[in-house]
Amino acid sequence: MNIRKLSELKTGEKGIIERVTGVGRFRQRLMEMGFVPGAEIVVEKFAPLRNPIEYVLKGYHVSLRHDEAEKVMVRKLEEQTEDH
Amino acid sequence: MAKKITIAIVGNPNSGKTTIFNNITGAHQKVGNWPGVTVEKKEGITTYDGCTIQAVDLPGTYSLTAYSLEEIIARNYIIGEKPDLVVDVIDASTLERNLYLATQLIDLGVKLVFALNMVDVARSRGLIIDHENLSLLMGVPFVPTVGSKNQGTKDLLKAIVGVAEDRESVSRHIHINYGLELEEEIEQFQGLIRTSASFPDEHHSRWMGIKLLENDEEVIKEIEKSPLKKKVLDQLGKSKAHLNEILGEDSETLMADRRYGFIHGALKETFRQAQRNRRYLSDQVDMVLTNRLLGFPIFIFFIWAMFQLTFSVGQYPMDWIDAGVGLLARVVGDLMGEGLPRNLVVGGLISGVGGVAVFLPNIFILFFCIALFEDTGYMARAAFIMDKVMHTLGLHGKSFIPMIMGFGCNVPAIMATRVLESRRDRILTILINPLISCSARLPVYVLIAGALFGAYAGNVIFSLYVIGILLAILMGQIFKRTLFRGEIAPFVLELPPYRMPTLKGTLIHMWERGSIFIRKMGGVILVGSILVWALSSFPQTVDYSRDYDMEKRKIQERYAIQKEELMQSWQSEKVQLLTREMNLKIAELEALRKDEFQENSFLGRLGKAIVPFLRPLGFDWKGGVALLTGFVAKEIVVSTFGILYQVGEKEGEESEGLRTAIRNAMTPLIGYAFMVFVLVYTPCLATLAAIRRETGSWGWTGFSVGYSLILAWILAFVIYRGGMILGLG
Ligand SMILES: Nc1nc2c(ncn2[C@@H]2O[C@H](COP(=O)(O)OP(=O)(O)OP(=O)(O)O)[C@@H](O)[C@H]2O)c(=O)[nH]1
Repeated sequence: MNIRKLSELKTGEKGIIERVTGVGRFRQRLMEMGFVPGAEIVVEKFAPLRNPIEYVLKGYHVSLRHDEAEKVMVRKLEEQTEDH
Repeated sequence: MAKKITIAIVGNPNSGKTTIFNNITGAHQKVGNWPGVTVEKKEGITTYDGCTIQAVDLPGTYSLTAYSLEEIIARNYIIGEKPDLVVDVIDASTLERNLYLATQLIDLGVKLVFALNMVDVARSRGLIIDHENLSLLMGVPFVPTVGSKNQGTKDLLKAIVGVAEDRESVSRHIHINYGLELEEEIEQFQGLIRTSASFPDEHHSRWMGIKLLENDEEVIKEIEKSPLKKKVLDQLGKSKAHLNEILGEDSETLMADRRYGFIHGALKETFRQAQRNRRYLSDQVDMVLTNRLLGFPIFIFFIWAMFQLTFSVGQYPMDWIDAGVGLLARVVGDLMGEGLPRNLVVGGLISGVGGVAVFLPNIFILFFCIALFEDTGYMARAAFIMDKVMHTLGLHGKSFIPMIMGFGCNVPAIMATRVLESRRDRILTILINPLISCSARLPVYVLIAGALFGAYAGNVIFSLYVIGILLAILMGQIFKRTLFRGEIAPFVLELPPYRMPTLKGTLIHMWERGSIFIRKMGGVILVGSILVWALSSFPQTVDYSRDYDMEKRKIQERYAIQKEELMQSWQSEKVQLLTREMNLKIAELEALRKDEFQENSFLGRLGKAIVPFLRPLGFDWKGGVALLTGFVAKEIVVSTFGILYQVGEKEGEESEGLRTAIRNAMTPLIGYAFMVFVLVYTPCLATLAAIRRETGSWGWTGFSVGYSLILAWILAFVIYRGGMILGLG
């Protein structure tokens, strides 16, 4: 299987969320914002200083710090989705 | 029949909640605060179809878990105050996520209306929503609206009244099905909870069951207080273990998962996306504004522009207000007779009110800019760009704005911390903000550095700014590691699409914040100014060491005789010369008298009383008095020196007389220690009022005073003593 940390995906890459590790408030917040297993997530871009990272999820944009993105496990999708 | 309906408006941040609230209530609203916290509470009233509708705007939240202040407020209001109906504003362009909160509201079993806002955006993105079927599926009417164009408001009001009076046909309580395994556990709890007399309601007990599985701290606390405690908590342990065993996930994940599952199911038949993966205008704008190369320059430009607008353009109305206050003081002063009442009105009241009023242009312009940043969606990008830098200081990306504003004035800067969502970030930013050297401290530096360091004054002043920044970083690190350990709030920041703000909306946002400044801080500053005035004006009767009145009379008599002689010998130019000489002598005498009066006033005595603390730093009692008055506003230190060194209070920081006096009173080393002390010590009164207001706590305010005083003392001590040892004194 192709499971890895969300933080390891590069700009434009896509993944399917497997699970969110971490605890308490952080985890709850991610879940309610749509980071649930099966959700598709795309890396939109990195901030100018490489951190945080912007993602597109469920039709909206959200940014996570690198160490937060490390706590989200995704299955990487190989297909090319860039169209610009 | 006049019926009264109370409604609460909830919704995700940025869903257009405030806009919908304004549309519903029009101009009839009042802004206040939720008890004990600094989250704003807005209430408004309107009538529709013979009903009086009273609306409360709840803070924007993504969910009703009990993690953040906003969530707790929203939830306590709905559960505790039981409004007749809740309007959930749903952003149609991010429907799926917005419906998460909607499912929680459905669980709560309150009467609901969903305002399906931003349908214009959704349409332009090719999202097709069958809101009628969605209404049937969820048992709640969805009313399409475009908040920014005030469309759909009538329909919304109609639905509100309809649902409240049980006339709406689609309205029904649905039970969201969480799947067999979870439902079984929920039922267990429901059964247990309903045995207790305190939670008889079927809907409520189901809700509590759901919340228990979601690990909701508030509900668990409530259970812990009830006689059911043991049974329920035992069951919770068992349920969780059971679920984990059969489904391999913890109950919180399962609940969130099933919620989204329910939403997914409901949207399957009612939602379609016509075009996929298109790049929207907003994304294109963003490619530029957060570009790797351009992002920072553009950001810096915006901040610079805001700074310029706030403090340079703001300077004009500030000067007008200042002049107006001066004029008022003179007119009133002329109208009232010499004496204590006049001094109180002119020296205490008018200058106190004036001291508040001059801030207004700054504050309003600043809040306008911030409202603009927020309403366009740029604020989130600024946080995105700056977060890495600010995070190394222990702060949030959004802390940048307050920190940079601090260079202008700490008062609006501290008020700008409202953009921060977590209380920890807010308090941390507030505590270190006064270390950023505000513009009121500059005159003090200019005076002292100018007097003592000559050609190097510029470098010396620059070093003070750098020291301020370094201290802010240092204290940030220290506080982060000591006071706020472990409380790291998740960053998880939504980046809403760029939007064209409406002037009305932005002005409303500006006014809401600015008016709070006027109402809440005005009083504190006024009282403080009067207090300092009183301390420096009493006691009125002083046992002067000399009889000034008699000496004055003697001078006058002497010159009168001389003048008389000259007049007789027709030497009128000499008479003028003589008069000038006499006036000079009298002024000198008056200055001495004033000096003695000052020394004798309560303020002077206080200054002398603190000398033991200041002597180790090399400061004398005049320095002490200057520092005391600087508490009202730091620039006052300069005019106090003016009074104390008898060069007249009209003299500014560029005055040569004052510089000479400073040169006689301080060595460069003491001067530098003094400037560092001025930089660091106790925030001024207005800033303290802002701190009190934004932290909502006297404790933090006191802490801010205390730590900065101690820090200032230690630094000045180290500089002075260290310099002495190094032979710089
Ligand atoms: N295109 C469009 N823009 C809207 C609509 N409703 C509101 N807006 C805009 O969206 C922005 C945010 O609206 P607000 O009402 O401040 O949102 P809010 O939910 O109160 O946001 P918070 O106060 O941050 O919770 C503003 O610039 C509004 O003008 C709408 O239906 N369509």
